[in-house]
Amino acid sequence: MLYTNLKHIETAADHAKVISENENVMVICGRMGPMCIPVYGIAEELEEEYKHVKFYDLEFDNPESHVIRNLAEVRGFMGIPFTIYYKNGKVAKATSSIQTKAQVKAILDKEFAATVNA
Amino acid sequence: MNTNNHYDAIVIGAGPAGLTAGIYLSRAKLKTLIISEGTVGGQMVLTHEIANYPGVENISGYQLSNIMKKQAKTFGCDIKSNTSIQSLELEGSVKSVTLAEGETFTSSSIILTPGGRSRTLGVTGEDQFKGKGISYCATCDGDFFTGKEIVVVGGGNSALEEAVSLTKYATTVTVVHQFDHFQAYEHAIARNHPKINFVMESAITAFYGNENLESVDIKNLKSGETTNFRTDGVFVFIGYTPNTEFIKNRVEMNKKGEIVVKEDMSTNIEGVYAAGDSTAKRFRQVTTAVGDGTIAALAASNYLHETKTKNNKLIAA
Repeated sequence: MLYTNLKHIETAADHAKVISENENVMVICGRMGPMCIPVYGIAEELEEEYKHVKFYDLEFDNPESHVIRNLAEVRGFMGIPFTIYYKNGKVAKATSSIQTKAQVKAILDKEFAATVNA
Repeated sequence: MNTNNHYDAIVIGAGPAGLTAGIYLSRAKLKTLIISEGTVGGQMVLTHEIANYPGVENISGYQLSNIMKKQAKTFGCDIKSNTSIQSLELEGSVKSVTLAEGETFTSSSIILTPGGRSRTLGVTGEDQFKGKGISYCATCDGDFFTGKEIVVVGGGNSALEEAVSLTKYATTVTVVHQFDHFQAYEHAIARNHPKINFVMESAITAFYGNENLESVDIKNLKSGETTNFRTDGVFVFIGYTPNTEFIKNRVEMNKKGEIVVKEDMSTNIEGVYAAGDSTAKRFRQVTTAVGDGTIAALAASNYLHETKTKNNKLIAA
């Protein structure tokens, strides 16, 4: 399990439950490495601001992370974390490697905008 | 001056030096704001295991950062991280920092602790293929390159050691280095490794591909000739650089862009102090950053006290 302050997904069943029960979900699938940690930090900060989004992490080396690693949307990705944005259980956006806060916010605002304005 | 946005001290940077300064200042009941363009913890969060921080037998950099952040907040320190500084005024008795979002904060003193970061090549295609063939961390991404041909850029200990570690995955590793010799220790250079080739006095000048990286241009710096080189991946290890571009030509720095400080961590500008990895010094450890941050905070506290006393005398006179 990753030792971030985010909520953790540990099994494929957890993952299915989280994305089916929540409209907007961001899952960061990575390790405790230099490309991943900044993204966890950004997500931890944004939890307060984006209350309509659920933020989770999933350890890349957990075999259950096949639910992320086998997604068609991550084909060709060669850098962790794989960050997946789910809207109503479907992949709305996926990114590879480190991202800035501005990049993450731009995706959250675009993909989950309907809820922000509701 | 908006008094709500006025602080006794603003600390720029939230690595161990900045967080320590924040802890000391806010514990001394000085209104303190830490502004960081990156993640709280700085380079420290990237350290997998810290086993030589006195008093703590073993802890990850991420966890130690979280504890320091909590300590600072407990004492009343405000923290704004992952933000961007648009402008900075260091001269005069009232300093100011304006963020890209438009908020302006003023203070009577500033402590600069911006730290450092991994260098990037800054050439065409680097942003486009980051995470899609270009990596800066062998431990993180090495296994994506199993059975592939890759390039390592750099000539220091990190580059040469990671080149060897990447041979666990890659079929060939081509080390591209700009000089005719390595800066790495001799024992780190695997000259006879069957999977490692060396291309000296050369530099990557462009990255190409479609969805993923497919090739790079390598320029021979001696002859000036550029050749296109097919590769599946490039790992960049070309050292660290201080995050001091935003104060260039404003605060005294050495040729490496490191801030020059006196014994009390004061800079050439009154009321402005600096601490941590961005300062000119030989050793860079979490413990030395914490020490620097402590000294800077105590010196700034003293400065604030003296300034206040002087101003009160002037009012009374």
